[in-house]
Amino acid sequence: MSGPNTDYDPVEVTPLKAEEVEAARDAALTAIAGAQDLDELKAVRLEHAGDRSPLALANREIGALPPQARKEAGQRIGQARGAVNKALAERQAVLEAEHEARMLVEEAVDVTLPVDRRPGGARHPITTGSELIADIFVGMGWEVAEGPVIEAEWLNFDALNLGPDHPARTMQDTFWTEPAEDHLVLRTHTSPVQARTMLTRTPPIYVVCPGRVFRTDEYDATHSPMFHQVEGLAIDEGITMGHLKGTLDHFASAMFGEGITTRFRPSYFPFTEPSAEVDLVCFVCRGVDSEECRTCRGEGWIEWGGCGIVNPRVLRACGVDSERYSGFAFGMGIDRTLMFRHGLEDLRTLFEGDVRFTTAFGSEL
Amino acid sequence: MKAPVSWIKEYVDLPADVTTEALTDRLTMLGLKLEAIETAGAGIEGPLVVGRVLSKEPEPQKNGKTINWCSVDVGDANGTGEPQGIVCGAHNFAPGDKVVVILPGGVLPGNFEISARKTYGHLSAGMICSARELGLGEDHDGIIVLPADAPEPGTDARGVLGFGEEIIEFEINPDRAYALSLRGVAREAALAFFDGHRGAPFRDPAQLDYPQADGAGHPVVLQDADGCPYFVARTVTGFYPSAPTPAFIKERLEAVGVRSISLAVDVTNYVMFELGQPIHAYDRAKLQGPIVVRRAQEGEKLTTLDDVVRELSPEDLLITDDSGPIGLAGVMGGASTEISAATTDIVVEAAHFEPTSVFRTQRRHKLPSEASKRFERGVDPLLPPVAAQRVVELLVEHGGGTADTGVTVAGAPPRPGEITMPVDLPARISGIDIDDATTVADLEAIGCRVTVTGGTLTAQVPTYRPDLTDPYDLVEEVVRIVGYDKVPSILPRRATGRGLTREQRLRRRVGRVLAGAGAIEVVSFPFVSDASFDQLGLPADDPRRNTVGLANPLSAEAPAYTTTVLPGLLEAAGRNLGRGAPGVALFETQIVAMPAGNGPAPIYGVDRRPTGEELDALEHAIPTQWAELGVVLAGEQERGGWWGEARTTGWDDAIAAVRRLADDLAVEVTVESAAVMPWHPGRCARIVSGDLTLGFAGELHPTVCRAFGLPERSAAAVVDLDTLMRIAPDAVPGPEFSTYPVAKEDVALVVDESVTAGAVESALREGAGPLLESVRLFDVYAGAQIGEGRKSLAFALRFRAPDRTLAEGEAGAARDAAVARAAELTGAVQRA
Ligand SMILES: [Zn+2]
Repeated sequence: MSGPNTDYDPVEVTPLKAEEVEAARDAALTAIAGAQDLDELKAVRLEHAGDRSPLALANREIGALPPQARKEAGQRIGQARGAVNKALAERQAVLEAEHEARMLVEEAVDVTLPVDRRPGGARHPITTGSELIADIFVGMGWEVAEGPVIEAEWLNFDALNLGPDHPARTMQDTFWTEPAEDHLVLRTHTSPVQARTMLTRTPPIYVVCPGRVFRTDEYDATHSPMFHQVEGLAIDEGITMGHLKGTLDHFASAMFGEGITTRFRPSYFPFTEPSAEVDLVCFVCRGVDSEECRTCRGEGWIEWGGCGIVNPRVLRACGVDSERYSGFAFGMGIDRTLMFRHGLEDLRTLFEGDVRFTTAFGSEL
Repeated sequence: MKAPVSWIKEYVDLPADVTTEALTDRLTMLGLKLEAIETAGAGIEGPLVVGRVLSKEPEPQKNGKTINWCSVDVGDANGTGEPQGIVCGAHNFAPGDKVVVILPGGVLPGNFEISARKTYGHLSAGMICSARELGLGEDHDGIIVLPADAPEPGTDARGVLGFGEEIIEFEINPDRAYALSLRGVAREAALAFFDGHRGAPFRDPAQLDYPQADGAGHPVVLQDADGCPYFVARTVTGFYPSAPTPAFIKERLEAVGVRSISLAVDVTNYVMFELGQPIHAYDRAKLQGPIVVRRAQEGEKLTTLDDVVRELSPEDLLITDDSGPIGLAGVMGGASTEISAATTDIVVEAAHFEPTSVFRTQRRHKLPSEASKRFERGVDPLLPPVAAQRVVELLVEHGGGTADTGVTVAGAPPRPGEITMPVDLPARISGIDIDDATTVADLEAIGCRVTVTGGTLTAQVPTYRPDLTDPYDLVEEVVRIVGYDKVPSILPRRATGRGLTREQRLRRRVGRVLAGAGAIEVVSFPFVSDASFDQLGLPADDPRRNTVGLANPLSAEAPAYTTTVLPGLLEAAGRNLGRGAPGVALFETQIVAMPAGNGPAPIYGVDRRPTGEELDALEHAIPTQWAELGVVLAGEQERGGWWGEARTTGWDDAIAAVRRLADDLAVEVTVESAAVMPWHPGRCARIVSGDLTLGFAGELHPTVCRAFGLPERSAAAVVDLDTLMRIAPDAVPGPEFSTYPVAKEDVALVVDESVTAGAVESALREGAGPLLESVRLFDVYAGAQIGEGRKSLAFALRFRAPDRTLAEGEAGAARDAAVARAAELTGAVQRA
């Protein structure tokens, strides 16, 4: 860079002549406008706005001018460089937008390609079905009770009014542990959980007991040595069959849809008196033109489970004051409920562990 | 229990316009559930006629069978009046017999069309029918031979066969034993039309006159009044043993599902179905001395009617005579005094036996019979003289015998019970608005004698309802008559539960975490055998072989309750792969058990709550049970595709699954090397939290993979879920974390190949000081540059202060301290 030169005639400093500056500016603007991509623009920037560009070089000469000329030349150069930089920025933005638009086109993929790199998991419908049922009752303010699956004979039978010689005791073909004199069974129903609840808690009691039970049934499409039940028990002052009906109607509609209610038929269970079978309005045909219905086989009703008023003998054995309290109990098969809710033909599909079966139900029922 | 509609109507006058369906609907709502309505002869079309066999030529065949070429007179039914030529394979008939013939053009049940066809060298134009072919039961012994007084040949056979008759099959609950008779069913049918004042008119078939005891009948001694309080014996002499059973008895027995055997036997069965009282008939000539009812003595034996020699228990109630036991009371008679084709003098037994005794004997000898079914559920104790009279009448009328005037009545019927209850109990329990008058009327309708004093109702129970013992039994009677459909629907409003328990929520969480990680839940049976443990390679003394055995397993292949979730889970994995799955990740929570070894569980009475100590004793005897979680991974874990190769299971997958679960439950775990079957001894991790072993995870032993049909390198984990859930924190404290900049330092440490990464990592953590945020191993390298028997472990360390940006050199100093500690504890050398 040259120092100030007082002898210098500003008009004679060629690069700072107005025509020269304008020419350099115009050349730059033309080049910028002509840049076709970001690489070309980069080269244009170097050539016309870089340190070695005509305008940059001209700018250096300003210092050599006498002070009175500097202002004018500085203004001229500054305006020219401003115009070039603005054009560069604008062109940069345009080319970037063009580039991105092009990339978005070029980067398109076939989104129909498979994406199943990691197969998904699932929970078993017996688990999620039991949870669904539990949630319905928890929503009514009930609690969920549980107990051991290998159970004392007394709790599985005697406490429930199934004495050693009760004919019903052979109706339920029971797995006994070895030796049978140990008086232990694989529980044949979840009722011992009810007995345990009454033995350990004071009324009011509102519990539902979903769980696994065992009977010595040969394994086929509708029988299994292991299956699942849900039983419910309510013990309180003034409990009636009406409360039982109301609870089961609520359960039925929560499980199968609005308007699905229940019907009671007289029946017999040692645990309850009076006892009833519970039928469910067929949730497919709703009892209308049932003849062709495969779900209820033309009945309009589906047999769902058993229920009744807790036999005062059971209350007595479990230490509940039967003068003050009454109660109701009910029970139904979870597996069976799932079978007709989901149209399963063969019970065994529940216990084979075939992932194609379970996956279909996802993680909630 | 099957009941022909015509038989029901013999005792009850139903409204004329009532259909069978309407009747069964009402009975179902009363508690007699309809099982099926059968119509005899359904599915038979076309010419089914009475025929008379004119000739029967036996023709032996090459295949060893003999067929009969018959000429059968079918009247004009064939349009010609000529005898019909028919080939018949049965032999239980003779020329002159009347039979049932279906002619060409007819159809038998199962859409079996009959045509004239060439067979065994003849043109057989029709078929002589058996009961089975007509859908009348499984009796396969031969064709139906009609009574001689059957209609003339050519007559439509439907009438004589009782076709068109509707038979209702009911499911009878154990408390409604009275409905195991037509008397009981008809009484319920009458009740089904109860209008609040009266039911349909009912004629009790037990309303019979019978002679009083005169002490001159066959002598009977009751030595066990508890087991047999009441015994009536009647005698018929001069009976014609080959007298045919009249058609109405035969048809009705067939309708209720009992085979006709001989007149004497048929009559006893008929009366049992008619009245509900089981009857036994003895050949008087074979009785030796008086009938004595007593318990068996040790070592006594009896050959029952089914020709089985039975070892008797001192608890068995017996019918005996001077020769010893001649019958299991109420269960089955003995062979020695059985009615035969030569019996002319018959002693009829109609007795009342105590239900429990009959039940135990029946169960002990595995001899359920029509008689025991009724006695063990309860029979009307007033029936013996009535039923005996009915049997005698029928034997005399149809068998040509004479009723002996001697009538033996030993003992007396037990008195019917009485129940008192608050008169408003049915209303209070049902929730239906039932007034006192209705309660009284309904109880009277079922035969109770009712008085009400103040608010208390006393009901004398009819003898035919021994099931009614408790006030709540009467409640059920009132409510079923009022109608179960009248029960209102009311939600109880007093439940104030606190939601799921912590354990219940955690269990759901476990399933969601594993499913979220890509595993699929299975549910398997908990039954195992020694072979299951052999497949797992468990040593002989492994505690997991200490199972709770089953006294009555379904199969000898699975005689015990499992101690581990693995057998069922590994089988499920093998099943999936066998069905073509490229890989599986399965999990299951199984309740597993081990014997408590504390001796038998006590049995208590039920007249009071057991004491606290008594309940503790129960718990003490119950096997130890806990929830064990299992995970199995086999084959592909990530699929191959356009992105690259499939990733198959590695030993680390099982450990990762457990770690992910522990992380989610905020349980801090560490892993240690272990060598436990069924895992690969070099690839097995013990999962530890503090002092507790939570489980094991790693690659399965190759022999185990082979045993379960799994690909090599399959992996599995088990976790004691109860323990994991117990130590999971209740409420996780919210984490604190710094937002100041992180300083990253990588180090590569060379150690002996026996040094574990875990050991180096914990040394680094120890040495790095409080600024350390995390350590993560990102590379393992072994090779010539490192040296034989050595490996290089590369760790990324991140440092951060909670309150400031780290000063220059602070992170480096902490890194150096970490490396120094690792060098000290593991001999690590920083790689240049
Ligand atoms: Zn339907």
